[in-house]
Amino acid sequence: MGMTITEKILARGAGLKEVEPGQLINAKLDLIMGNDITTALAAEELEKIGIKKVFNKDRVVVVLDHFTPNKDVDSAEQCKIVRQFAREQGLSEFYEAGNVGIEHLVLLENGIVVPGDIVVGGDSHTCMYGAIGAFSTGVGSTDMAAAMITGELWFKVPETMKFVYTGKLQPWVGGKDLILYTIGQIGVDGALYMAMEFTGDTIDSLPMQGRFSMANMAIEAGAKSGIFAPDKTTEQYVKGRAKRKYEFYASDADAQYKEVVEIDVCGIEPQVAFPSLPSNTRNISEVGDVPIDQCAIGFCTNGTIEDLREAASVLKGRRVHSNVRLLIFPGTQEIYRQAMKEGLLEVFLDSGGVISCPTCGPCLGGHMGLLAKGERAIATSNRNFVGRMGHPESEVYLSNPAIAAASAVLGRIGSPVELGLKA
Amino acid sequence: MKLNGRVWKFNDNIDTDVIIPASFLNTSDREELGRHCFAYLRPDFTRNVKTGDIIVAGRNFGCGSSREHAPLALKEAGVRLIIAKSFARIFYRNAFNIGLPLLESEEVQDRVSEGDRISVDLLSGEITGGSLEKALFARPIPDFMMEIVRSGGLVKYIKEKGTF
Repeated sequence: MGMTITEKILARGAGLKEVEPGQLINAKLDLIMGNDITTALAAEELEKIGIKKVFNKDRVVVVLDHFTPNKDVDSAEQCKIVRQFAREQGLSEFYEAGNVGIEHLVLLENGIVVPGDIVVGGDSHTCMYGAIGAFSTGVGSTDMAAAMITGELWFKVPETMKFVYTGKLQPWVGGKDLILYTIGQIGVDGALYMAMEFTGDTIDSLPMQGRFSMANMAIEAGAKSGIFAPDKTTEQYVKGRAKRKYEFYASDADAQYKEVVEIDVCGIEPQVAFPSLPSNTRNISEVGDVPIDQCAIGFCTNGTIEDLREAASVLKGRRVHSNVRLLIFPGTQEIYRQAMKEGLLEVFLDSGGVISCPTCGPCLGGHMGLLAKGERAIATSNRNFVGRMGHPESEVYLSNPAIAAASAVLGRIGSPVELGLKA
Repeated sequence: MKLNGRVWKFNDNIDTDVIIPASFLNTSDREELGRHCFAYLRPDFTRNVKTGDIIVAGRNFGCGSSREHAPLALKEAGVRLIIAKSFARIFYRNAFNIGLPLLESEEVQDRVSEGDRISVDLLSGEITGGSLEKALFARPIPDFMMEIVRSGGLVKYIKEKGTF
C-alpha cells in the first residue's frame, strides 16, 4: 500500500520500511529546537534526570526570541539560564541579539532545517518547516528534554488530511488567506492529531513565503503537522542554504488519506479572522466597519522579506491613520537588513510606522506593543485568542500583510482596493 | 487508581493563553505559575480551587501554544484530573509528561454540574457521583500513558526505568 509523504519521512526516522496511521514509533530526530521560554524549563528537566550532555551539540538549536531583548528582570534571568545552558552544552547553533530572528525563520533562512528532516521544537509553530517538506511538530519542555538527551522521541503516526487547492488566486490573496479560509472551513480542531498535506495546482505556483504561512498555521486547525511536497520552488529556496544533505519525499499515488478536501480558490477573497479564534473568518468584503488602534506586521507567520515588500507596496506614499499605531516586526536580522537595502524601512518610517528588532513581541502578549482594555489590533500573526495581545478585553484580527497595511492607512479594517491599488 | 474531586466546568477550545497568560511566562517557578492559573478568564479560580479538583471541559482543551507551563499551572493550583470531549495534541502529551492524567469523554461535560463531587476510576474510565444518575465511561488511558502517570511523569518514569 502506498504511503503519504509524512508516513515516508516517519518510516525513515523509525528505521522501518513502512508505517501506518495509529502506529506508535520511536523516531530518530534530525533537529530539536527551543526558545527562551521553553528551553529554560527543558534545561531544568535535564538537570532533574541527571544527564550532563545533550545527544549532539550540532542538532540542538536554541533561539532567544520570545521575551527578547529582555523585557523585564525575570525574562533576563530566564534568558541567562538558557544562555548558560547553551554555552555549557557547547551548542553550535545558538542565536540571540545580533544574529537573532524569530526562531522558525532563523532555522529556515540559515538552512539549519532541511527537506526530509524530522524536527521537534518547544514551540507550537514548529510545524512551519513542513513548508520545505520536513516533518516537524511542536512539543512541550519535558518531551524536548527527553529528545535532547536521546535524539529520539515517540510518535503516533498521524492520519493525513489532504487539501487540494485549484485555480488562480485573486489579487491580494496569498498563503495566509488560504490557510485562514481552510481553518474557517474545518474549524480549530478540524485536523486534530492529523497531518495536513497541502497540494493542487494553486500550491504548485505558490511562493515559499505563502507556504510558510500555511504550514505555520497548521497547528491552528489542531494538526500535528502541515506539509508540502518539495518541488522547484523548494529547491530554489534551500539551494545555497542547506547545511546538511537533504532529501525530497513525495506521497505515493495510492497513499491513504483520512479525508480529501477540495478547495476552488477562484472565489476566495482576502480573509480576516475575527476574535477570538483563527477559525472565525470572514471575507474582506463582509468585515463591516471595524476601527483599529494598532496594526502589527511581521512575526513568524508573515515576517519574510516578501511579506514586508507586500506591506510596503501598500504603504508607499501614504500615511498611517492618526488613530493607528503601526508596528513592523521583521522576521530576522537578515530580513531587516534586506528591507533596509530595498528602502522598505524608509517607506515604513515615512508612513508613520515604528520598526522593531526581530522578536515575537506582542504576538503572544509578551512586550513591544500590548493592547489596553477595549483596544483593537489587526495583525499578521497566527492567533487571536482572548487577551492574546494584551488586556483580556482587547481584540486581535488576523490578516495578510496587504490587508493589515491598508487597514493601518484606513483606520479600520479594509483592503488595498479601497486605496485604489491593484495587485 | 481512584480520584475524587469537585468539578470546575469549562467550554470548548480553552487555550493555553487563558490557562496561563504569556505575561506570566517569564518564570518557570511552579508555585508562581500556579498562582496565575486562569488569571483573566476566571479570576476566582486560584482562590477557590482545592487540591484534588477536577476540570470538565468541551472540545479541544489546551489548544494553542506548546507551553508546558499550562498543565504545570493547573497541577500546581491543585487540579488532579481533566476530563474533556477532546484535547489539543501538544497539551495531551505535556499533561501526561508532568503526571497530570486526562480522560476523554463525549458525555461528561453535558451531564455533570459545576461543583459536583465525582469519583473517577482512572483504569476503567468509570465516572460516578454528582448529578450523574448512572455511571459514565471515559475512554481508558492507553497503557503506555498510564505507566507515565503511575510514575508521576516522564522524568520520574525515565529515572525508574533507567531508559526511554
